[in-house]
Amino acid sequence: MSAMISINNVSKWYGDFQVLTDCTTGVKKGEVVVVCGPSGSGKSTLIKCVNALEPFQKGEIIVDGISVGDPKTDLPKLRSRVGMVFQHFELFPHLSITENLAIAQVKVLGRSQEEARDKGLKLLDRVGLKAHAHKFPGQLSGGQQQRVAIARALAMDPIAMLFDEPTSALDPEMINEVLDVMTELAQEGMTMMCVTHEMGFARRVAHRVIFMDKGAIVEDCDKDAFFGDINARSERARQFLSKILQH
Amino acid sequence: MALDFSQIIPALPGLADGMALTLKLLVMAVGGGVVLGTLLALARLSDNALLSRLAKWYVNYFRSIPLLLVISWFYLVVPMVLSWITGDLTPVGAFTSCLVAFVMFEAAYFSEIVRAGIQSISRGQINAAYALGMTYSQAMRLVILPQAFRKMMPLLLQQSIILFQDTSLVYAVGLMDFLNTARSKGDVVGLPHEFLLFAGAVYFVISFGASQCVKRLQKRLAV
Repeated sequence: MSAMISINNVSKWYGDFQVLTDCTTGVKKGEVVVVCGPSGSGKSTLIKCVNALEPFQKGEIIVDGISVGDPKTDLPKLRSRVGMVFQHFELFPHLSITENLAIAQVKVLGRSQEEARDKGLKLLDRVGLKAHAHKFPGQLSGGQQQRVAIARALAMDPIAMLFDEPTSALDPEMINEVLDVMTELAQEGMTMMCVTHEMGFARRVAHRVIFMDKGAIVEDCDKDAFFGDINARSERARQFLSKILQH
Repeated sequence: MALDFSQIIPALPGLADGMALTLKLLVMAVGGGVVLGTLLALARLSDNALLSRLAKWYVNYFRSIPLLLVISWFYLVVPMVLSWITGDLTPVGAFTSCLVAFVMFEAAYFSEIVRAGIQSISRGQINAAYALGMTYSQAMRLVILPQAFRKMMPLLLQQSIILFQDTSLVYAVGLMDFLNTARSKGDVVGLPHEFLLFAGAVYFVISFGASQCVKRLQKRLAV
């Protein structure tokens, strides 16, 4: 399998403060990679570097053969091919659900209104929210909004999906409806990079798990290895795992 | 002194013409001011340090000088400068020079309102727009500005009401707006007090009425 996303020696600073240190990893086509770690470990920053929402100063990130850090890269075009789902959903509150799903298809991909609308409705149906098409984001629950956000990203026919803590802002009862959609997506072979604390999801769905601490990748291994022999893990990962797996 | 308001009725068509000029100037100045103000706000918020600084200077400058001075300048100085450049002395006309003055002056105030509006929209919204492949200009036009304007609408309207009153300063260059018409009509029939009182009442009713509407709108938007 070829690398869809490859991250090589990426470092990033905010002023003097180094937030990412020599991060090297990758996501193969069809692979599901979960990135975990304590808050402030740089996992959200790393995933935002992949579609250049955050600039980085050193190293390189290649997405489907295109260098993200290259000043000559057409970033809007690259981003339009990589879906992203955010912690706080970020649906556009002034647009209806239908318009949220259609706007980038029309304005970025140049699809016709009808085509975009049909595609949006089909995906909305897929995430179980067809009946809500006419509503506005504020009228939906958090879990519903996040499912719409996933559908909005899928409407662009992405080659890979980035999830930045997609369930962290949700009430516990709504987490599963979002994870179910993500699981289904993974089973269909979507290339996914997910920053999440949902270790159950990682155990069930991920192929690989990356553990980050203080801006560096501490562990990068197969899911089975990561959850298998805890004594083979680094001290920091053990601490983290024991804290979140207890409950 | 007994007041005699009877002469106002025959003067109403002329006063209406004056009001038409006032409103025309207002609408065009608000339109131009909001457009220029939005561009200034975008410049001010841009990553380009030079652009940002230029916008800041512009805003600070126009907020530090009297409007009457700007109106006089654009009436006297700008045609002169234009004639230096183009060589021929075509007068710009009082209306155009006033309009340009108002647009440039009000843009400074509108830009601060729009800037606050843009900054009130979370960073996540622009990230979401970028993540969908939108360019900066698409993200601004389709996602950020519509939300910012919705939030800022009450403030923009309040500023427009202030501008409505400020349009009366065009008397300085002899433009026959509502107030200037009322004054001159009053002088002609020898009843300046009545006409000025009437003009005051009209300004009050329009401004106060509009202001109340804005307050109601603000409450509705807040829900």
